[in-house]
Amino acid sequence: MAEPRLIEIAPVTRVEGHGKVTVHMNADNQVEEARLHIVEFRGFERFIRGRLLWEVPVIVQRLCGICPVSHHLAAAKAMDMVMGVDVLPPTAEKMRRLMHYGQVMQSHVLHFFHLAAPDLLFGFDAPAAKRNVFEILKENPELGRRAVMMRKYGQEIIAATAGKKVHGTGAIPGGINRNLPIAKRDEFLKDIDTMTEWVQDAVKLAKDYTIEHIDLVNSFANFPSNYMSIVREDGALDLYNGNFRMKGADGNILLDQIPNKDYFNYVIEDVRSWSYMKFPYYKEMTPETGWYRVGPLARLNNVDFIDTPLANAALNELRAVTDGKPNTSSLGNHWARMIEVLHCVEMIKQLLEDPDLQGTDLVAKGDRRQVGIGVIEAPRGNLIHHYEVDEHDQVTYCNLIVSTTHNNEGMNRAVKDVAIKYLDGQAQITEGMLNHIEVAIRAYDPCLSCATHALGQMPLEVEIQDAEGKVIDSRRTGAA
Amino acid sequence: MSAISDTGTRRDTTFTFTIDGVEIRAQPGQTIMEAADDAGIYIPRLCDHEGLRHQGSCRVCTVKVGGRSVSACTQPANPGTNVESETPYLTKLRRDLVEMLFHEGNHLCPMCEASGNCELQAMAYRLDMTNPTKFPYLEPNRDLDASHPDIALDTNRCISCGRCIRASMDVDGKGLFGYVGRGIKRRVAVNGMDLAHTDAAVTDHAISAEVCPVGCIIRKREGFRIPIGEREFDKGLIGHEIEEKANA
Ligand code: SF4
Ligand code: SF4
Ligand code: FES
Repeated sequence: MAEPRLIEIAPVTRVEGHGKVTVHMNADNQVEEARLHIVEFRGFERFIRGRLLWEVPVIVQRLCGICPVSHHLAAAKAMDMVMGVDVLPPTAEKMRRLMHYGQVMQSHVLHFFHLAAPDLLFGFDAPAAKRNVFEILKENPELGRRAVMMRKYGQEIIAATAGKKVHGTGAIPGGINRNLPIAKRDEFLKDIDTMTEWVQDAVKLAKDYTIEHIDLVNSFANFPSNYMSIVREDGALDLYNGNFRMKGADGNILLDQIPNKDYFNYVIEDVRSWSYMKFPYYKEMTPETGWYRVGPLARLNNVDFIDTPLANAALNELRAVTDGKPNTSSLGNHWARMIEVLHCVEMIKQLLEDPDLQGTDLVAKGDRRQVGIGVIEAPRGNLIHHYEVDEHDQVTYCNLIVSTTHNNEGMNRAVKDVAIKYLDGQAQITEGMLNHIEVAIRAYDPCLSCATHALGQMPLEVEIQDAEGKVIDSRRTGAA
Repeated sequence: MSAISDTGTRRDTTFTFTIDGVEIRAQPGQTIMEAADDAGIYIPRLCDHEGLRHQGSCRVCTVKVGGRSVSACTQPANPGTNVESETPYLTKLRRDLVEMLFHEGNHLCPMCEASGNCELQAMAYRLDMTNPTKFPYLEPNRDLDASHPDIALDTNRCISCGRCIRASMDVDGKGLFGYVGRGIKRRVAVNGMDLAHTDAAVTDHAISAEVCPVGCIIRKREGFRIPIGEREFDKGLIGHEIEEKANA
């Protein structure tokens, strides 16, 4: 084949929403360029304009069917700021935290067991019919059962704090609209130790996988970058509240304890002609050097420690693999994800034992402000909500930076790295080769739009085009 | 005071009629709906509201008396008549009316602070309106009026029931609201450039939570304070309080 070719993978299966990968190959079958294109739901920012500030935490949940709680809480935090509330009543803060830990737990479990495990257990180039969650249930019913129960536990926590498993109404500007009745608390306490045990097993599963496949992990989409997340004031992991920290690939701290409200002094969004999604980077550097990754592994690279004992011990094991230096792999995210779930169940237990959850002081008041910025560590990484609200309580400005946008550059590099490794010089592109690219993207658990959850099989369309864009070969796999 | 007397010591002016074959007792001057309410039989309604004069405009309360369609909220009960209410024909008619109200406005329930307390939504549940796709969506996109410090108006959700008009005129003595436009374009507007240029107060009866059946009249900064599970219609279908009277 002497023609330059363009290979498209669209849509990427088993990620949230949809995206498209194009691989540009030259006449010698060498990869010239590989890109991930994502259609971002920017229409939302226009939609929210003119709406009333207390509606926002409810409306924004519609952005995503998978982690609506993250948007709900980030928006509520932004509106706390607008309402002039810097410190929530303890019951409100703890109910929100409980909701958040439940959310991170259910999202991480879903990703690990339903979306990623098929690749990890059966291999990246196993036949597509094999690489799905139903096969896991068939081969290891106990593991499958636990995955379902762990996810359910997280979802029930969400329902108890937000009123519903999805699209509830718990957080309101300045506080929360309910506390946790004793009976509910006891229901959760009854199972928490079992959950902790199961999550520890899941951490071990992810760890063993990583160590057994260390050569693959080290060579697969492994590249240095900066890392960004919020951390607690003492440098501990805190998924709900904290200040920005950015670390370089060698572990040096570039930024630390930057207040949420100042994010735009440090992060700038680069625009490229071929993608609707922006490319954020650290203002003091260039787009080439200042880009960063967010997410579970970025967070664990960033923090000094975890303030819960089991998760902290697990963190130390993760760090030992890279001699305490930042872990620059992509697949390491799976292990990091399970460590975070362990942290979540430890935090959930602590919170359930705290009588503040039954408190009745639910909402605080303060002096109104015009700007509201709320930042949270969502399951997929840092999430920024930024609003301006006028004196009539109407939103006049909205900017959201979601985790997938933060990770845009990182995912593109991962795609290119894998494309070069597995596709370069190949005249024939097999489905197994293409799945390697998807595995690299999936490691970041991207939420590609507000779209529905693409669990299981989605059609995978591959187009091979020549330099003029003429389709010279096309293929469709997966259930149509 | 009641004219009812089982012992016959005072003249008994009450009379009986039937609703769907059930005999009920009415007082002279009562509407079919009032008599039904007393007897624990719920007839669906939207424009009628306790304490406000009857308007008879939404037709959701349509019943049949002697084969004729009448609105139960305005039609006086008559001795010996047979009223049909829960027939497949009337239920479908009511469902169609409610469906059209959804299509005329812009109703995104999951984002609406009235959700769970909204009579239109509750009526849709009661009437089993599961698939609102029969009529074209008009999707109005009217600006929110948030000019007042304590009150906002989202007329995209207005069903033109006129309850606010009657409450403001008859109870508050203000005449804050009125209809503008005709036919399908008819809607409610305030008596002034916007809410800020009226004498509306959040303490007005017309502004209270019970008057507007939907999420059109908004008391600011109250939205979503009632948790899911404790909202009005989390407790039961619309009309359940009336129906519970029959069981009591
Ligand atoms: S007013 Fe009622 S029907 Fe309309 S969006 Fe709100 S809850 Fe739904
Ligand atoms: S504003 Fe509310 S009460 Fe007034 S007519 Fe519209 S729906 Fe009815
Ligand atoms: S309730 Fe009778 S016509 Fe509206």
